[in-house]
Amino acid sequence: MTVSGTKKKASLAERLSQNSVFLSGAALVLSLIVAGIVMLIAGYSPIEGYSAMFTGAFGNVSNLAQTLGTATPLIFAGLAMAFAARGGMFNIGIEGQIIAGAFPAALVGAYVQGLPWFLHIPLCFLAGMIGGGVWAAIAGFLKNKLRVSEVILTIMLNYVAQYLAEYLANYQFKAEGMLVRTETILPSAALTPLVPYTRLTGGIFVALAFAVLMWWFLSRTTAGYQIRAISANPYAAEAGGINIARMNLLTMFLSGALAGMGGAVEVLGVHGYFITNMTSGYGFDGVAIAVMGQYTPLGTVVSALIFGALRAGSTSMNRMTSIPGEFIQVLQALVILFVSTPGIVRMFLKKRRQKKEA
Amino acid sequence: MEDILSVVTSLIAGSIRVSIPIAFAALGGTLSERSGIINMGLEGTMLIGAFFGVVGSYFTNNVWLGLLTAMLAGALCGLLHAVLTIRFKCEHVLAGVGINVLASGLTVVLLQMIWDTKGKSAEVASFSNISLPVINQIPVLKDILGEVSPLLILLAVSVVGVWFLLYRTVFGLRARVIGENPEAAGSMGINVYRTQYICVILCGVLAAIGGAYMSIGDIHMFSRDMVSGRGFIALAVVIFGGWHPVGAWLGSLLFGLAQSLQYRLQTGSIPPQLVQMLPYVATIVVLIFARGSSRRAPASEGKHYYAKGEQ
Amino acid sequence: MYAVEMRGITKQFKNVLANSNVDLLVQRGEIHSLLGENGAGKSTLMNILYGMYAPTSGEISVQGKPVKIENPLKAIELGIAMVHQHFMLIEPMTVAENVVLGYEPKKRGCFDFKKAVSDVEALAKEYGLYVDAREKVENLSVGTKQRVEILKALYRKAEILILDEPTAVLTPQEVTDLFKVLRRLKESGKTILIITHKLKETLALADTVTILRKGQVITSVSTKDVDESKLAELMVGRIVSFQAEKNEVPGEHKVVMALRGATVVKEKRNALDGVSLEIRSGEILGIAGVEGNGQTELIDALTGLQRLHSGSIELEGKALHTARITPRAMLEAGVGHIPEDRGKRGFVGSFTIAENIVLGYHRKREFSNHGLIRLKERDAFAQKVAEQYDVRMDSIRDTVGSLSGGNQQKVIIGRVFAQDPKVIIAAQPTRGVDIGAIEYIHAQILKMRDAGKAILLISADLEELTKLSDEIAVLYAGRIVDKRPAKDYDEKTLGALMTGHAAAEEKEA
Repeated sequence: MTVSGTKKKASLAERLSQNSVFLSGAALVLSLIVAGIVMLIAGYSPIEGYSAMFTGAFGNVSNLAQTLGTATPLIFAGLAMAFAARGGMFNIGIEGQIIAGAFPAALVGAYVQGLPWFLHIPLCFLAGMIGGGVWAAIAGFLKNKLRVSEVILTIMLNYVAQYLAEYLANYQFKAEGMLVRTETILPSAALTPLVPYTRLTGGIFVALAFAVLMWWFLSRTTAGYQIRAISANPYAAEAGGINIARMNLLTMFLSGALAGMGGAVEVLGVHGYFITNMTSGYGFDGVAIAVMGQYTPLGTVVSALIFGALRAGSTSMNRMTSIPGEFIQVLQALVILFVSTPGIVRMFLKKRRQKKEA
Repeated sequence: MEDILSVVTSLIAGSIRVSIPIAFAALGGTLSERSGIINMGLEGTMLIGAFFGVVGSYFTNNVWLGLLTAMLAGALCGLLHAVLTIRFKCEHVLAGVGINVLASGLTVVLLQMIWDTKGKSAEVASFSNISLPVINQIPVLKDILGEVSPLLILLAVSVVGVWFLLYRTVFGLRARVIGENPEAAGSMGINVYRTQYICVILCGVLAAIGGAYMSIGDIHMFSRDMVSGRGFIALAVVIFGGWHPVGAWLGSLLFGLAQSLQYRLQTGSIPPQLVQMLPYVATIVVLIFARGSSRRAPASEGKHYYAKGEQ
Repeated sequence: MYAVEMRGITKQFKNVLANSNVDLLVQRGEIHSLLGENGAGKSTLMNILYGMYAPTSGEISVQGKPVKIENPLKAIELGIAMVHQHFMLIEPMTVAENVVLGYEPKKRGCFDFKKAVSDVEALAKEYGLYVDAREKVENLSVGTKQRVEILKALYRKAEILILDEPTAVLTPQEVTDLFKVLRRLKESGKTILIITHKLKETLALADTVTILRKGQVITSVSTKDVDESKLAELMVGRIVSFQAEKNEVPGEHKVVMALRGATVVKEKRNALDGVSLEIRSGEILGIAGVEGNGQTELIDALTGLQRLHSGSIELEGKALHTARITPRAMLEAGVGHIPEDRGKRGFVGSFTIAENIVLGYHRKREFSNHGLIRLKERDAFAQKVAEQYDVRMDSIRDTVGSLSGGNQQKVIIGRVFAQDPKVIIAAQPTRGVDIGAIEYIHAQILKMRDAGKAILLISADLEELTKLSDEIAVLYAGRIVDKRPAKDYDEKTLGALMTGHAAAEEKEA
């Protein structure tokens, strides 16, 4: 009896250690545990912290709405990273592309007059997509022409985007008042909250629609097929007549367009204008989300929702306890590290198995 | 005439000064990449170094112990990166991103714990410049190198040290071999992992010294996210410097120049945001030109090596 | 006493039983050949002996003493050295640095380069292995690189030398030189083990041969007691025919594709230097040559992967505009490509068989409707091609990476042949493929020739080249140095021409 019992468990562990969904989930749990230990060492109560976080994220309808609303730009950021990765590129410059999308979206929202909402909002989205897409395509172009790694390029472009937008919001497009921000968008461009006083707007449905669109594009179109072929084996793709430079540019543009959509949704739904530092940390959230989602659209949406909960929860943890909200960053780092090293989770499984067998 | 000369000398002196943190990090990055490991975590490691330099100095009131604390913390960052990429085969870029985010969060959490603030630490004991004999007698040169930070001297020693390690010792030969072809090294009975571990940990130490210079070598305190991209710039410098320690230093000086120009321009009429963009734009421009150099990256850089028995 | 005694060696990988209860006995001072097809378990067995893999079970004795070989370091200590098929050399470093690696001479704690050079020079002289110790490895020929590998072994005082497919990349002349060196080493008392699938070499060089098939030892015999056909039968497990039926294709043989004065510059030298050749319908033009003499550039030029620096390409009599020569344009013009390195250029390992069968042709109206994939049509087509070309699989949804080498190659051949190309550029079509698949692939290529296709065959296997080609051109240092009907060549002349200077002698004679 016992023998067959252990055998079954062993094979279950074996199967689990090959299952990517399980590995992502286990990595998340492991991150929560390790972050909890860090909290404990830092002299805070992890139970208090996590329960504040949980209440903050799911406590009532408005908190839940806040979670979903927070997740909206994160879905876009995650999809942007995931899309680039599916095309064989590391797009670490999502932050800059969100800015590059948010800024023109805010301008179109504020200055284009006389449009009904069903034209104005899509026009703002389009401006955001082009802004983010072009910004990412710069990195793609330089990579093609100069064989420079897109990783460093996109990071540098983050800083350039940040200062450029700050400059424009401070001089040419500055709104009246103390804040460094652009004019408020017209009502015809605004996404109204679905639950009052929360970040949740129709933007979440747009985000989900883009996730479906990305899945469809990658698996059902010839361009998607070519992009996937490049990341899986660029040499074979080249021999198969696929123009790698052109496809890399397309990959980066579309990835940036997804990020730019995130910026546009944030402007239209949350702030109503472009303001400096409105996107802080979304870029690296996007990396963590896409990695945890195994670069698939569905996985990315699910992990973006989890990260939305963590972010929304951490705000209320910051408010309700003495634990600084930056803990979320520690947690996020742990998620990136644990998810991208499935070996660690496998090691835990193996240790447990060996203990059981002994 | 006098005036132009003094502007030039102060510009050069400023360039040397601001290039120190990048130079340390680029030196570390060079060492790590020569052994095949790309350390994208330089940024975070520098931040950790900056923070723990202040912590050590704050609690011991001794700046040298502060530096030592920073070096130890940097070694731990290096060790973490090494374990992730070597032992667990984590994608090098992702391990680096993870370490950067971790450093950014952890330093603020600890800032809150120790000084109950999220912005700046208290002021702590810092390095003061030392006067160099002989040089401080030579005209012009004395305005540039007459009084220098002890960390600049440490940097010069480190550049020579890393060069010597890479090109004159057996360890360095083996490290370079591993960066080119770890399978060949492994088949000759060389312990690939041990060599890589040592290189990556040393890289962490060097990057942390660079970070510490920013806090306890320059401004007496730590402020949130104070490294602001220098670690990434250092990665570009590694490429620009042709994966050579001396190249890394010279490349850093170029960025020092861009940055000290930035400080100079900030007092002028150009909008500060545009001036602040300068180092990052310069990095992109320099990368564009760097491709013209004939040097190439170590062949197995960023790839995973599987010792026998691993899948 | 045996130099090497391996008993009951079993090695189980995740899903594969690579060695099953293998016994290997090697006399001291003999040359012992380990013969078997790809995947027979030869390399695994030798990697176990060299400490790269740990055996699942079994015992090993070296020079009579039972040992446990945990890693290559231990193997080196026991006097075992291995020359890998893919050389383990550091290209940008010098010969001396490469040779002493792991046992570097030191002076006051520093690496002593001068001593390394003098040590290597002395060693080279002792064994007649001439190399320049200060030269960088990247500047050496393949044969010289192999000599560096042997020097590495000798520098480590190896008594037992393992060579993995040592002749795979050598010219016939270099093979002769290598055999001389190996015999000299044997005379000086070294024990030599070679891994090979070449029958002739085994008979020419080895004293004893152990034959492996599907992870098991079939037999171990003295080479005096066997001949080629007997060895082949033991190796494959059935009687093999070496002959291929080939008749002249009737009708007019038009020039379908031609290269005129093609030059390709790579790293500041002419990798392809004014090459002109004509590929005719119903004929196979073979290209002989030592690897690295322009074959890759020739293939890449003809398939659009490499831009010509001067010269032109003609298709059916029309010169192509240089700027428009891209891989896509060439594929669409009917130039099929069987890449020399199938793992690199040939297929996408993580893609399914169906996805790979349309790679390069994925834009055709059959498979793509205004940018959308026509899944049903594609899968039906892939199913048909996979069956027609005898790809052994469970489903067209299997990834190509999970197939055996032979079946991967069949996917590529099916992909190209099913598109009814005008020209076929076939590079190393049977490299790393087992004998059964080789026979099949050869038959398919000849079938395409008989159907009137114009075929260019690039192969390092001279037997394959002379057997299939109607005409053979010899490529040396980027130039065509000789061209004749295939039947006018024997392997010896070809080998001589491939090394360059022999061309002049031929003409004088």
